[in-house]
Amino acid sequence: MKRTLYADTIATGALWAIAILVVTILGAIILHFLFASVGTISLGFLFGDPSDTSVGGIGPLLWNSIYILVLTLLLTVPLGILGGIYMAEYAGQGPIPNMIRLSQELISSVPSIVVGLFGLALFVNATHWSFTALGGALALSIFNLPLMTRLTEQALRAVPRDERDGSLALGTTKWQTIRHVVLPLAVPGIVTGVILTAGRIFGEAAALLFTSGVATPPHYDYLDFSLGDPRSPWSPFHAATTLSVYIWKLNSEGLGTFVRQISDAAAAVLVIMVLLFNLGARWLGRVLQRRVTGAR
Amino acid sequence: MANSVASIERGKLDRGLTFRERIDPARRITLLAAGAVIALVLMLLVFIAFNGVQIFTASGFSFDAIFNATWNPDSTTAQSFGILPFIAGTVGVMVVAAIIATPLSVGLAIFMAEVAPDWARSVAQPAMEVFVGIPSVVWGWLGITVLVPFLRDDLHGIGFTLGFSWFAGSIVLSLMILPTITSITFDVITSIPAELRSASVALGTTRWQTIRHVVIPAGAAGIMTAIVLGMMRAAGEALAVQMVIGNRGVMPTSLADPMSTLTSEITLDVGNTVAGEPWNQVLWTMGLVLLLMSFGFVLLVRRLGRRRALG
Repeated sequence: MKRTLYADTIATGALWAIAILVVTILGAIILHFLFASVGTISLGFLFGDPSDTSVGGIGPLLWNSIYILVLTLLLTVPLGILGGIYMAEYAGQGPIPNMIRLSQELISSVPSIVVGLFGLALFVNATHWSFTALGGALALSIFNLPLMTRLTEQALRAVPRDERDGSLALGTTKWQTIRHVVLPLAVPGIVTGVILTAGRIFGEAAALLFTSGVATPPHYDYLDFSLGDPRSPWSPFHAATTLSVYIWKLNSEGLGTFVRQISDAAAAVLVIMVLLFNLGARWLGRVLQRRVTGAR
Repeated sequence: MANSVASIERGKLDRGLTFRERIDPARRITLLAAGAVIALVLMLLVFIAFNGVQIFTASGFSFDAIFNATWNPDSTTAQSFGILPFIAGTVGVMVVAAIIATPLSVGLAIFMAEVAPDWARSVAQPAMEVFVGIPSVVWGWLGITVLVPFLRDDLHGIGFTLGFSWFAGSIVLSLMILPTITSITFDVITSIPAELRSASVALGTTRWQTIRHVVIPAGAAGIMTAIVLGMMRAAGEALAVQMVIGNRGVMPTSLADPMSTLTSEITLDVGNTVAGEPWNQVLWTMGLVLLLMSFGFVLLVRRLGRRRALG
């Protein structure tokens, strides 16, 4: 009896210890980057051009990360929402929904470097585009499309059945019910999911190495809207090294006096962005939830 | 209302679609959007497989010449493109990472589901979300600047020198798959019916006895699924591993030695080789091996899931 109680105390202590260890590791990582980047992160660093002779900046790389993120969301969110509507509202059981589910799982399992290879074959070589922001966004879309579909499906499934029946009882068609009742109620869930996913897209690098490229970007002219010009950062066909790819590239080349300082600060920016995406998702999710349910 | 009744019946009796449902444009358009993923899988498979077999079909290498243990791609006299060192490396880091991560993540999941007071759970859960969001290159960079110097300089006294190594790669990967295994295990444990716990507690067991003899056995298949999904993520992870593993294409023999994996070799060499040459072609073969491995994992997870549903 005594031994049993003893074992219970030890086990409880061990489980607490594991939890404290893991949370401490995370806290230490965040603090490490905050301290390592103090003194480097400044407006000049965030918006300036990269340089070989000084710390320079990460402006164009940050721009490309955001550009590719937006492009990827534009490609995957609408399609993902439509697909999610099918899976939640129309699919039911059957060979076709089963095949779609299997395909979603298969795509999610594919390593991102393999998606990068696929992108290289299709969006770089076969199309003769060379390395482009669009190619990178398309590669990222490959594994984000099933993610968006899944997330919409789950948000729609979380809407109570009564809401649908109440609407259908008024004589609406199925599509009217989905469009005007179910989808609005699912919006908070979808938005939260999209922002969390956006945080992952922002940090992704492996699928971009061979699709949007690793070249150090030129000085961008942000007022240049001519889409054929490589100096225009607005064209989907400009080569677009992102911030995370840049960190990898700096380290694989291993040269330069400022590699350590730049990488520390750039990694800190990535970690801070992840935190912001997480907080933003939570906050916006709560605000929207309050609006659609009318709760105070 | 007729619509709703019809859909309930269809769910139960599988009667097929009515004519009106079949021609419903909304149904057709959304089906197209959902079905696009099937085309994606097929395209991915075809493109990677086509390029992955070029080394055999176009360059005439035999199966044994590729699936052997000697990697020596830039030699002029004894050139060899054996990819077994990379396959062994991938399996090696994956297994060691899972061994390190499993007790931590399963323990953390049990803590969050069974032990934690509300305040601790409300710390641990968002922490997991941030953990999973930390990008691969950031892990790799932490490995280079914190982990590897620590292993090399501070653990110097324990008998052998560690640095860029199998062990370093496994540590980094174990942290990366920790949130994956934790969150899935947490879902599994919280979905175990409360009656099982109540029945156990009613017999006068302690919390730990209930966890050990009821919760863990009931969730075993699900926890296995979580570990397999974690291993899948470990096998496919590229940049973080490449940055700390040392990148030497030899069969791994010691945890302290540098080695290489399928993903890290692809990461490093695709940009440095010329399309159509054997060295480049064999990288695609490695990609194909990775693709088939991950598809294998999915099928394994599905099997485990079925057992879970039955058991």
